Amino acid sequence: MANSLNVMIVGVGGQGTLLASRLLGSAMIQSGYDVKVSEVHGMSQRGGSVVTYVKAGENVCSPTIEKGEADIILSFEQLEAARWLPYLKKGGKIIVNTQSIDPMPVVIGAAKYPEDVLCAIGNTGVEIISMDALKLALEAGSAKATNVVLLGAMAKYTGIDYEIFENAVKETVPAKFLDMNLQALKLGYEA
Amino acid sequence: MKKELMLGNQAVARGLYEAGVTVVSSYPGTPSTEITEFISTYDDIYSEWAPNEKVAVEVAIGASIGGARSFAAMKHVGLNVAADPLYTASYTGVNGGLIVAVADDPGMHSSQNEQDSRHHAIASKLMMLEPADSQECKDFAKIGFELSEKFDTPVLLRLTTRISHSRSLVTVEDRVEPALKEFEKNPQKYVMMPAMAIKRHAIIEQRMLDIADWAETADINRVEINDGAKIGVIAAGICYQYAKEALGDKASYLKLGIVNPMPVKLIRDFAEKFDKVYVIEELDGIIETHCKVNGIDVIGKELFGYLGEFSQRIVAEKILGETKPSVATDLEIPPRPPVLCAGCPHRGVFYNLKKLKLNVSGDIGCYTLGALQPLGAIDSCICMGASVSALHGMNKARGDEFAANSVAVIGDSTFIHSGITGIIDIAYNKGISTVIVLDNSITGMTGHQQNPTTGYTIKNDPTVAVDLEALAKAVGFKRVRVVDPYNLAQTEQAIKEEIAQKEPSMIISRRPCALLKTVKHNPPLKVDADKCKGCKACMKIGCPAISMRDGKAVIDFTQCVGCDVCKQMCKFDAICGKEAN
Repeated sequence: MANSLNVMIVGVGGQGTLLASRLLGSAMIQSGYDVKVSEVHGMSQRGGSVVTYVKAGENVCSPTIEKGEADIILSFEQLEAARWLPYLKKGGKIIVNTQSIDPMPVVIGAAKYPEDVLCAIGNTGVEIISMDALKLALEAGSAKATNVVLLGAMAKYTGIDYEIFENAVKETVPAKFLDMNLQALKLGYEA
Repeated sequence: MKKELMLGNQAVARGLYEAGVTVVSSYPGTPSTEITEFISTYDDIYSEWAPNEKVAVEVAIGASIGGARSFAAMKHVGLNVAADPLYTASYTGVNGGLIVAVADDPGMHSSQNEQDSRHHAIASKLMMLEPADSQECKDFAKIGFELSEKFDTPVLLRLTTRISHSRSLVTVEDRVEPALKEFEKNPQKYVMMPAMAIKRHAIIEQRMLDIADWAETADINRVEINDGAKIGVIAAGICYQYAKEALGDKASYLKLGIVNPMPVKLIRDFAEKFDKVYVIEELDGIIETHCKVNGIDVIGKELFGYLGEFSQRIVAEKILGETKPSVATDLEIPPRPPVLCAGCPHRGVFYNLKKLKLNVSGDIGCYTLGALQPLGAIDSCICMGASVSALHGMNKARGDEFAANSVAVIGDSTFIHSGITGIIDIAYNKGISTVIVLDNSITGMTGHQQNPTTGYTIKNDPTVAVDLEALAKAVGFKRVRVVDPYNLAQTEQAIKEEIAQKEPSMIISRRPCALLKTVKHNPPLKVDADKCKGCKACMKIGCPAISMRDGKAVIDFTQCVGCDVCKQMCKFDAICGKEAN
């Protein structure tokens, strides 16, 4: 891993971004870095746009990431990828789950879900990696493992050994869901 | 020593544990809730959810008088509720150490206002500490008890959302075995009536001077000089971190660990070294005012303003004039506000309230989301409990006809917190208001805490549950009925009948939160595309699992819990359960 790594995990409240950020934070610590993770709590965030910041370095001060500072943005949903894109650093990578979830203003017809979101992101010149993580999660055994699939997909761009991510999953995930989550991590990593 | 990645709130809990706290009483409130949740995982600490913050602080005060190290936590607005006991506990001082943690929410991630709790510290004449990361959360909780006992004062521990809800590394140490101090009969100190309180006030004024004197040299404040730096920064808490990240060694820092009372000489000596001194503080200009009152020239609110959260970006822009390059798409991106979850039992109530075009006095909880479109069913929301009492006020102002078209909605935990006094007011003062208690069997918005209506304690031990029906009857509500909000027709009928009554009435809308682990979900529903006419009737309930694709409704199987509410909306029988697939 480089001297520092700023990762934003964004999505829709209820998609499991918090677990992904905890696993990433844990992997960073096992790699010997100072780490800060900033989370959004409260059930009332359900269904809303949510963001978690995960930062590693020699000495991390602010727990948040600002515009133009993220090395990696991991987005659980297309529209959220576009929303948070300005936070990506020049030369950063954005990993996007192709799932799209209509926000309430779209559901009630007050706004439109933009077309070709991935294309629009690509047109800005950033490096975009897109994948159908829900499909891979179902392959691993449950839609609930989508977050771990995405974590796996991101793992290879962090410079942290894959085994460290495996360990983080083993330490955090309850035994009965462990095999499924390890499989999800692998499917994401190999995608 | 072992280091762990801990949430700020978790680190506060760890610090309390290590310092030998034995009694903890709190009411949940974002962003403070997890402190007490983590405390409840320690077997050797007594902890509880109190009905509200006033009770919580009174329990903690009692435990302190009883000789124990004690603690209460709350969000910023909770401290308003607890202000009454707190301000007088300042006069009595403590026996066992007493800490009250208060978590402010700059940026209002999950709050109804953006008040700065440091004003409470000044007004109540209490020492207030403010940590800047999880390690300090733990350390300050421990030091807080020592200071509380040394200066004979309750200590306020101020947190903000980014401190409470960020994880950073913490060194874990052993617990100091708590010693219960002698219970002392001392009415001069603990009975606050004029003759005694007059004497205590003088002691409190001297105490503040003593603490300010201590703060001049205390390790809890820290000066960091960077050679050649021409800028001085004075900050506490998260703003210190933003400043460090933005300015690095371009500035020198005075990091305050105590924000009330503040040192004078320490600040003056620091400020004199620099051409320009900035005070960086979110919300109000408390440190800045302290500096200016003492004739220390600083730049603060004129540059940074009073609104929202700060960041390293804001500090870099304001002080250095620097911005980082970033890219954006040219898409118009619709906002994504939070919504009531798929299967939320409140949905059926709000749909009916809107359908009946009622005036709705709302309250604090997940269900405040019922104010947003398409439900759009709430007309006011002020504070915990105000739904009930404000409805009574509206009805008294506008008369019976208005009352016949108006209701209050309040959650079960909020009702216990401060809705009960409101219904007593209605009954006692001959009101005719209709109050709907949204009983989802849990404290929802803060993330599923037990409360006095659920029948379980904070440690999930079975206990007595408040009988809401009997309670309402006992205060004088003769009409009390229970509905299942998943049944739209039954709920509508009950609302229509109760608002028509010329006497107080209560409807209890009872159905557990769909996210509770104990709630079993039905298989997801499905739309029969052949039968769906695309009329969008099912969209009126604002369920996040339903959307339109190619002119037909579709249900997201990953979200749907099979509550059947949308099925009741469909005139074409196009929504079916799994059995029909």
